[in-house]
Amino acid sequence: MERSAADKRRMTFSALGDTAVVVALGSGIDEAVLPRVRALAHLLGANRPAGIMDVVPAYATVTVFYEPGRLAANGPRPYEQVCRFIIDRARHLDSEAKKKTATAGRVMEIPVSYGGEYGPDLSEVARHCGLPVTEVMTLHAKADYLVHAIGFAPGFPYLGGLPAKLSTPRRPTPRGSVPAGSVGIGGAQTGVYPLSTPGGWQIIGRTPLALFRPGLAEPALLRVGDKVKFRAIAPEEFARWK
Amino acid sequence: MEISVIRGGMLTTVQDLGRVGHRSAGVPLGGPMDPFALRMANLLVGNAADAAVLECTLLGPELLFSADTLIALGGAEFEGLAAWQPKVVSAGSRLKLGAARKGCRGYLAVAGGIDVPVVLGSRCTYVRAGLGGFQGRALRDGDVLPGVDVARRLKDHWQIDPRILPGYAEAGTVRVVRGAQLDEFGGALFAAEFKILPQSDRMGIRLGGAKLTRIGGATELVSSAVAPGTVQVPPDGQPIVLMADAQTLGGYPQAAQVISVDLPLMAQLQPGGRVKFTEVTLEQAQKLAYDREHVLALLHEGLAQKFQ
Repeated sequence: MERSAADKRRMTFSALGDTAVVVALGSGIDEAVLPRVRALAHLLGANRPAGIMDVVPAYATVTVFYEPGRLAANGPRPYEQVCRFIIDRARHLDSEAKKKTATAGRVMEIPVSYGGEYGPDLSEVARHCGLPVTEVMTLHAKADYLVHAIGFAPGFPYLGGLPAKLSTPRRPTPRGSVPAGSVGIGGAQTGVYPLSTPGGWQIIGRTPLALFRPGLAEPALLRVGDKVKFRAIAPEEFARWK
Repeated sequence: MEISVIRGGMLTTVQDLGRVGHRSAGVPLGGPMDPFALRMANLLVGNAADAAVLECTLLGPELLFSADTLIALGGAEFEGLAAWQPKVVSAGSRLKLGAARKGCRGYLAVAGGIDVPVVLGSRCTYVRAGLGGFQGRALRDGDVLPGVDVARRLKDHWQIDPRILPGYAEAGTVRVVRGAQLDEFGGALFAAEFKILPQSDRMGIRLGGAKLTRIGGATELVSSAVAPGTVQVPPDGQPIVLMADAQTLGGYPQAAQVISVDLPLMAQLQPGGRVKFTEVTLEQAQKLAYDREHVLALLHEGLAQKFQ
């Protein structure tokens, strides 16, 4: 019965270790799945019962973190308890998803200085894609992007909408340190590193904007559902932002 | 009550049980690399299990206490203070922790906790983002930490049953449950012994010595949640065990997930140490977690009577 209830809402469950359940609502990067991801995260995140620690939406999944020791001790096994909680809260998933589809996100512009010292992998991406460097920049800046998830690092936006021509595998070995503001391509995804962190994406440029401001009540500049446009700027303009 | 930092040590940070509930903004859980040791250290000085303590790494700090208090070190054994043993210190006394003799990370609890500001629900330090803890960074020589005035003393001499204490070794076997892409690596994860590489940090422990190759080529995955304990495998085949400051999302294949009760063993392996992995079921992992919670609850009850 649980299975059929889950099937009806096209959810599949799997364990991420002994403290999390991953709910898959689709696969790949699919704008049609995003409203359901946002909706499920919203339904699960409100008034979390004891033992449910965190709810993390991303692309086609929502992951629910739990503490087995804080769930009902004499109920079903912890993993099953959490699956039941998710199925119960997902009763109104479809109507909630319709609401999310109707609410448009903001449009945010991010200035980027492409190539040179700010984008050390731009020529590698161009080589992989069989395109001139200028074409990579133009294509990347022309596209409309959508924030599918915030994660990896505080405020890091995972963006859908990368032109298929620019898809480039991650670097074989992650860099020990990628400078804050770096704009990268990882497979079919693009994003911006808000902080200097290790990272495996191909770095094609850098923005002078701060995407994570720890002092603010809402420290992440972008939210899931925001639309993003990149605007190419010269290195001199980058320098003026500082 | 103040604690003056004479020497900061190699990497000493303020940690509590972590920044729960902010992963959707990309803020990692953080907190201790070895949560068991942090909770135990707190219980040994009569604190709540989630009070803020100092996480010391390989080379400990030197500290000066401005008031009488009670301290305890959990986790790794350091020169200068016996581990798992509460100690009364008097105003003006110094504590010098030397090198870690066994294990990698020690948790120095002080009665009342370290009273740094709460940021996004936690006092833990996330150095990469400059978030929380003492000014968002590791301790430096000359820092002065705010403590709490509690003249807590021990009623009598006692020590906890050593059978509940973990043993840290240079080579460990760490239990995992299977990850989403485990089968794509054949049985390689369980066949090899891996070495802890020096590039390891609070974000992840990097493993060398053997490579994991994905059978059937490399399909790029779309990022989804990862967590402390996730064993992810980048294309170079060198696994990384994500730890306390792990990113919230990741797109590398996931071979396995270290079970909660064995994360401390992983955290206490020094660079150069060795590790093997063995698989258990989710049910076994959660039974072990329940048992550990039970031990901590009993200890909490038992210790409550021992302070005045």
